[in-house]
Amino acid sequence: MKNTLRQIFHSPKFVTGFSIFIIIFILLIVYPLFNPGDPLQMIGLSSFSKPGTYVSVYDSIDTEKAIMKLPDADEKRLRNKLSDEDKLAMKEWLVATGTPEEEIDITDTDHLLQLWEEKYDSSIKPAGMTMAKRNYYKRLDANLKKALDANEVIIATRNTEDGTLEETTKVKDTEYVNTKDVVNRIVLPLGTDNFGRDVLKELVSAAKTSLMIGLIAGSIATFIGLTFGLLAGYLGGLVDDFIMFITNIFTVIPGFILLILISYGIGQEQRGATTVAIVIGATSWTWTARSVRSQVISLRNRDHVNLSKLSGHSLLRIILTDILPYIASYVVMALILQISSAILAEAQLSLIGLGPKTTEVPTLGLMMNWAMLYSAHTHGYWWAYFPVLLIIALISFSLNLMNTGLDQVFNPTLRD
Amino acid sequence: MKGYRKYFGKKILWFFLTLIIAFILNFTLPRLMPADPVASIMSRTARGIQDAAVTKAMHESYVKAFGLDQPIIKQFFTYVKNAFTWDFGPSFSQYPRKVNDIISNGILWTIGLQLPAIIVGWLIGNVLGALAAYIRKGFDKVLMPLSLFLSCVPAFGMAVILLGIFAVKLKVAPIAGGYGFDLIPTFSWTFVKSVIAHYQLPFWSIVIISVGGQAIGMRSMSIYELNADYVKYSRFLGVKDRKIVKYVFRNAMLPQVTGLALSLGTMVGGALVAEVIFSYPGLGSVILEAVTASDYPLLSAATLIITIMVLIATFAIDIIYGFIDPRVKAAQFD
Repeated sequence: MKNTLRQIFHSPKFVTGFSIFIIIFILLIVYPLFNPGDPLQMIGLSSFSKPGTYVSVYDSIDTEKAIMKLPDADEKRLRNKLSDEDKLAMKEWLVATGTPEEEIDITDTDHLLQLWEEKYDSSIKPAGMTMAKRNYYKRLDANLKKALDANEVIIATRNTEDGTLEETTKVKDTEYVNTKDVVNRIVLPLGTDNFGRDVLKELVSAAKTSLMIGLIAGSIATFIGLTFGLLAGYLGGLVDDFIMFITNIFTVIPGFILLILISYGIGQEQRGATTVAIVIGATSWTWTARSVRSQVISLRNRDHVNLSKLSGHSLLRIILTDILPYIASYVVMALILQISSAILAEAQLSLIGLGPKTTEVPTLGLMMNWAMLYSAHTHGYWWAYFPVLLIIALISFSLNLMNTGLDQVFNPTLRD
Repeated sequence: MKGYRKYFGKKILWFFLTLIIAFILNFTLPRLMPADPVASIMSRTARGIQDAAVTKAMHESYVKAFGLDQPIIKQFFTYVKNAFTWDFGPSFSQYPRKVNDIISNGILWTIGLQLPAIIVGWLIGNVLGALAAYIRKGFDKVLMPLSLFLSCVPAFGMAVILLGIFAVKLKVAPIAGGYGFDLIPTFSWTFVKSVIAHYQLPFWSIVIISVGGQAIGMRSMSIYELNADYVKYSRFLGVKDRKIVKYVFRNAMLPQVTGLALSLGTMVGGALVAEVIFSYPGLGSVILEAVTASDYPLLSAATLIITIMVLIATFAIDIIYGFIDPRVKAAQFD
């Protein structure tokens, strides 16, 4: 046993997979300790806020200011004011007034602004340009000039009695606040989702639930498969025929379809995370049963098994002491694969709206489902779905890598 | 010849047995749902009607129209008859549109997308796996972890990533659908062009996923065969390397054929979900619609069709396998 373990931990593939898995697992346990709270709490009222640190605008007015003069502050402001459409429009004007097209590069904002400053003249009327268009350019030019002006912005409160505005503070363009000094701020490393929830917190909780679903489903599938495989392989005869009959049928009927039908039949209200796990486990045992059976058949006529039989040991004892230890490595490998495929199955099931009921816990599949329902993928809100996919892929990858490593330890012909 | 007939007879018997079981499951499982199936039509058609007596009458007439008031056994036989005559009656959610109309719309898209994608993925995967086993060294070192990682990305995940990169960011491919939303299916050049453009992303997302898994399988089969005694013996005899490789890959390839048959069900499941991501007008999207609208005649029919397609494909692979592997042929005929 000790030797086997040493051998396993010498396999680089197993160790890599194991480390990835353990790191993910520890992060899932540790993160909620630092950042406790309900993962489904909706903190944002707007959906899909970008990842980053958010500080309260309201509080930052009262926060202690530092005066700084950054050399490129004005240019940055200018650049921020210009949308891509504005840039295209500027190019259009410049071309219309005779600047050669090759000289204008709208990706180089500084150069474009410089050109604009040199050439723009509101009195020029390019041929074919409407009045409205010319006014648009006037406004654009005024906007750009304003951005450069060092005017103060005045913050005022409304007097409750007569409704007049009373100036409270002036904000200059050289004032800065330290984000740490602002009383109310929140760090959202992965932004918020469509409901305004913290994606990272949700993800951690979801990954935990999904791992649990994987573990329950994998254990159930392995248990059923193992029991059926052992019975069919060891007893043979009618039992074998019957079990193989069922197994064959369920191998050919697509498991996913079966999963859809059962989940649908259970109904939305009854589908908790555990129920979904049980359903997944109950539909995915077939190949474990098949392979355990074929392993047991090759074992059942070994001498030590026959000896045990002659000594009158009970069926249970023979199976537990004479057969199970020989296929234990195999069963562990099957369990690992079952866990990984159960996590995938949950995700797929949730994606077509048959996942666990949505009010209690997030799962990886449900997060995916929400992101898709609110078209995060077509709007480019990558933080709502990409981390979820990455976690699914990493968990599954680490488990598969562990499995390959074990396979190479136990099947020397596969070693590199 | 007698063994041949016996083998096929047995296979066909199995095929029908599985079909019957699948059929029964297909009928019973969705009907176990606790919710009222008529509620989904009622919510649309009875909108704005205040009179409770009217809504009750409407509810009853729908229940009668769908035969829900009859005993379950009778419903089952109606369902059997419907399946044979290929007429599943009206859909709940898209009433009065017929279920078979919706299904036959979707089925061509699904077959057209999945069959080529799975075959291409299988072929590329096997070639890469064989090369990795034969060349080893750097190629294998890169390809092996990469394939393992790719095979772990769920099919829908690959779909979303490809969509994010090519359709949203680079804008070189359309975002959703099987053809442009402004077109009606006809055999015009613009329509065909639009179909091809919409085909790319779903197709490649399925291909990339299946490449990973197949490459890993083929690689380990090939390594196993390369270490087999007959290879060593042939090497001692001085048989040319090229000839040995031919035998090795032929032998390694054969279990992959069964692998394809066995994994077909899983692949189809994954590909169906990928369809949903792209709003591809295939059966995957039909299933999604049926689930969200709790439209079980539609769901039953869609899943039944998919089951039958997978069954036929598995059966066909089984038969083909017998033809290409002489060892199996011998076993079959004996």
